[in-house]
Amino acid sequence: MSTSAKPTHPTRAAVVRFAGDSGDGMQLAGTQFTDTSAVFGNDVATLPDFPAEIRAPAGTVAGVSGFQINFASTDIHTPGDEVDVLIAMNPAAFKAHIEDVRPGGIVVVNEDEFTKINLRKAAYADGYDPLDDERYTQRFKIVRVPITRLNTEELSSTGLGAKDVGRCRNMWALGLIYWLYDRPLDTTIAYLEDYFGKKKKMPQVAEANVKALRAGYYFGETAELFPARFQVPRAKAEKGRYRKITGNEAAAMGLITAAHLADKCLIYCSYPITPASDILHSLSALKHYGVKTFQAEDEIAAVCAAIGVSFTGQLGVTGTSGPGLCLKAEAINLAIMAELPLVVINVQRGGPSTGLPTKTEQSDLLQALYGRNGDSPLVVLAPKSPADCFDICIEAARIAMQHTVPVIVLSDGYLANGAEPWRLPDPQAMEPIRVEHPTDPETYRPYRRSEDLSRPWAIPGTPGLEHRLGGLEKEHLTGNVSYDADNHQRMTWIRKQKVENIAAQVPDLEPIGSPSGDLLIIGWGGTYGSIMTAVERAGEEGKSVGAVHLRHLNPMPGNLGQIIKRYRKVLVPELNTGQLRTLIRSRFLIDARGLNKIQGKPFLVDELMDAINLMLDDRWGDRESLSPTEHHVTAVEPLSMY
Amino acid sequence: MTASNAVSILNAKDFATSNDVRWCPGCGDYAILNQMRKVCAAIGARRENTVFVSGIGCSSRFPYYMGTYGFHSIHGRAPAVATGVKLANPELDVWVVTGDGDGLSIGGNHLMHVLRRNVNLKILLFNNRIYGLTKGQYSPTSEEGKKTKSSPMGSIDLPLSPLSIAVAAEASFVARTVDVDRDLNRVLTEAANHQGSAFVEIYQDCNVFNHKAFDYATDKDAKLDNLLYLEHGKPMIFGKQRDKGIRLNGSRKPEVVTLGPGVREDDLLFHDESDESMAFLLSRLRHTDGFPEPMGIYYRVKDDCYERLVEQQIATARSARGPGTLEALFDDGNTYEVP
Repeated sequence: MSTSAKPTHPTRAAVVRFAGDSGDGMQLAGTQFTDTSAVFGNDVATLPDFPAEIRAPAGTVAGVSGFQINFASTDIHTPGDEVDVLIAMNPAAFKAHIEDVRPGGIVVVNEDEFTKINLRKAAYADGYDPLDDERYTQRFKIVRVPITRLNTEELSSTGLGAKDVGRCRNMWALGLIYWLYDRPLDTTIAYLEDYFGKKKKMPQVAEANVKALRAGYYFGETAELFPARFQVPRAKAEKGRYRKITGNEAAAMGLITAAHLADKCLIYCSYPITPASDILHSLSALKHYGVKTFQAEDEIAAVCAAIGVSFTGQLGVTGTSGPGLCLKAEAINLAIMAELPLVVINVQRGGPSTGLPTKTEQSDLLQALYGRNGDSPLVVLAPKSPADCFDICIEAARIAMQHTVPVIVLSDGYLANGAEPWRLPDPQAMEPIRVEHPTDPETYRPYRRSEDLSRPWAIPGTPGLEHRLGGLEKEHLTGNVSYDADNHQRMTWIRKQKVENIAAQVPDLEPIGSPSGDLLIIGWGGTYGSIMTAVERAGEEGKSVGAVHLRHLNPMPGNLGQIIKRYRKVLVPELNTGQLRTLIRSRFLIDARGLNKIQGKPFLVDELMDAINLMLDDRWGDRESLSPTEHHVTAVEPLSMY
Repeated sequence: MTASNAVSILNAKDFATSNDVRWCPGCGDYAILNQMRKVCAAIGARRENTVFVSGIGCSSRFPYYMGTYGFHSIHGRAPAVATGVKLANPELDVWVVTGDGDGLSIGGNHLMHVLRRNVNLKILLFNNRIYGLTKGQYSPTSEEGKKTKSSPMGSIDLPLSPLSIAVAAEASFVARTVDVDRDLNRVLTEAANHQGSAFVEIYQDCNVFNHKAFDYATDKDAKLDNLLYLEHGKPMIFGKQRDKGIRLNGSRKPEVVTLGPGVREDDLLFHDESDESMAFLLSRLRHTDGFPEPMGIYYRVKDDCYERLVEQQIATARSARGPGTLEALFDDGNTYEVP
């Protein structure tokens, strides 16, 4: 469609954010922009941000839903710190997001919605219109577009009601932004025709949406709003077939793949909870892969059913988020005691309690490691990116089944909903997961140990191997109930050592950036992209900074201690108050410092750069931890935080 | 399974384990265990294809004493664990053993849902109206005013009827029996033969903390006057002389009547196992209200089993879309080639 009369500026990367009321369809607009950009060949990273309420009061700041996408012709790891183009569908969206736009950035506003009533709903002072405020008009290029009116006019002949017409505004806005970035419309048109036309059987609605999309596009072409358009060329990537994938989609696919590789039936038992439900949704729609899904009556039933599945010899998996993990704790301990495989996917969100259901956080690490009665060791893994959820789920299933041990996967809201391009793996090249079930009654003992201390996974249906498992302490070898003091001590050490032995299979860490020097950054989980970008930038600035990223939290890679010794200082950035830092300090007896952001949002690269510079310049001070405020980190006095 | 295994006939002793049975001497659980082993042998159950799942409590030690596969899980959650077992292998015979605390208090939620889903499980609820393993606190079935360690002035909780709950939770098989009653064997056998969730309440004597709670139902002399043995299609007659019956009065309330002049058998209620309103009505008859307590099968209907429906959906999805391959899983449409 690139036959525009207007000049096109090539640009390396751009950050676009769609923001509107939670009923405005911003998530759909953002997802479509992502799909189109991925199919076009850009590298992409996204950050959806939506309220916990399905429909918060319309027009209020609390009800604003946003979707940010960073798309680039080079390798990128984050959704971007600053927004180049903001689309604000109403005053509340403008208010909630304007401070994130870079100076000189473009702000497209649906000016029809900047009415007295809507300004009041956004809690702006009476008589004040931010679009007339010089603080904004001088800092940004504000582009006023009467989106509501133009969309309504365009669709006046479709025969649709006012409500349905209004719902197409997001596509109108999307069309305009497609024009601005010279994107093709075909991916979105195909989606609209398939979803509304075929699946929902509403061809009229499909047609109207396509019409609105095109209208927005052509408006960009004809109206004299933008002096030029931008073009973000294809990214150079490894040869192969790609798709866009979110963390939750990747987790679902990883679990199915693991079951195939192990020749097991995947049985996913879960109770709906944000932000983990999409895994249940994905798997429920993939029954032709032999997947069984069980929507249990509660979190406890879900994990218990998964344990019943494991006991019976199939791949039992449960998925949840923080509060659900609390409820599952007792049952996870049963799997630890019975030494059965179990995979628990915990998509972390802001806590404690109900906390911030739709926001991201990394604050369940210590709960995953220690949040149960007794000495109860298990394996903890964490994916580093949306696509890594695929690999980590296969790894989790493999470890659980081969070592008869529960594995908790700590994903998070950012990874779960965020998207990136994913190179399709070659199924033929994937290594099978070998799982053995004993059959010989002569040699079988329920708690006989293999070399790595795992227990034989005998399954019902096998003659002669009838045995009883349970939560009571069991006698070594026989598996009979035992209250013997020495036996309990022995079994407790065995359970711990069994988990630690898995470290032998964990690959050694290779620092990114400087292999030794002034500062080592230790990260885990979803912060990988931000840390990686910061370390690259520090390297470009000639700074001596290296980073390692832990995907295995328990057991940790064996060479972490040696790597730590190669650096003068250690910084542990986390989206919590310092849970990994606590572990690192106690295990390695070092003065690790923490950058701890607890705002329900991922790190900005700028925040990490501030922390790096404070550490390198010896300006950090005595505080064990600092937190960013307003996108920056300073060595603040302790009290200012409270 | 080897050929010789497949044809060998097991007897009750084959369903024992080497573990010493550790219930208190005189506990009603012994009688249930013996009958259970006999039933397993009689129905031709295979040890390797049978699984006993339990929660926590005295009754939940049951799996340790059955020479089958067993899982002594956590408090109240046996129905959920057993659901997982059936999902993973629908061919297994799965029994859940629970108690009035495990099944109705901490695990009440799971009991309700396993019944409504009609997972093909046999659920035995040993009701001794007391917490035994924790040494004698009142339970959800303890009578009002019950004095225990945790209710020294008498329990102020209303007791609930396990069978009313089972009927309300859409169970497809609901029955009641007594630990030392000859009918126990028959009821367990009928439960085993039922396709779907079978719920059996078993009155069980805790001779340490609640001895003789069910004397009225076990005393040879008294029980015929206190119990009503249900027979499908038959009038509800009971009593040592078989001269008493249950009928609905003018306000559609059940009442005890004596057969004789003016009251013929045809005036009585006739038991219908397919009538859930009747099952509910029967579950409300209490000894303390002057009624005989019904024994046997209250309710029995045929319905699809959950784990089979799960398999059917997979079959349906496969016939519509073909068995999924990993290639197709990864490449579901919006993919693009990087040269």
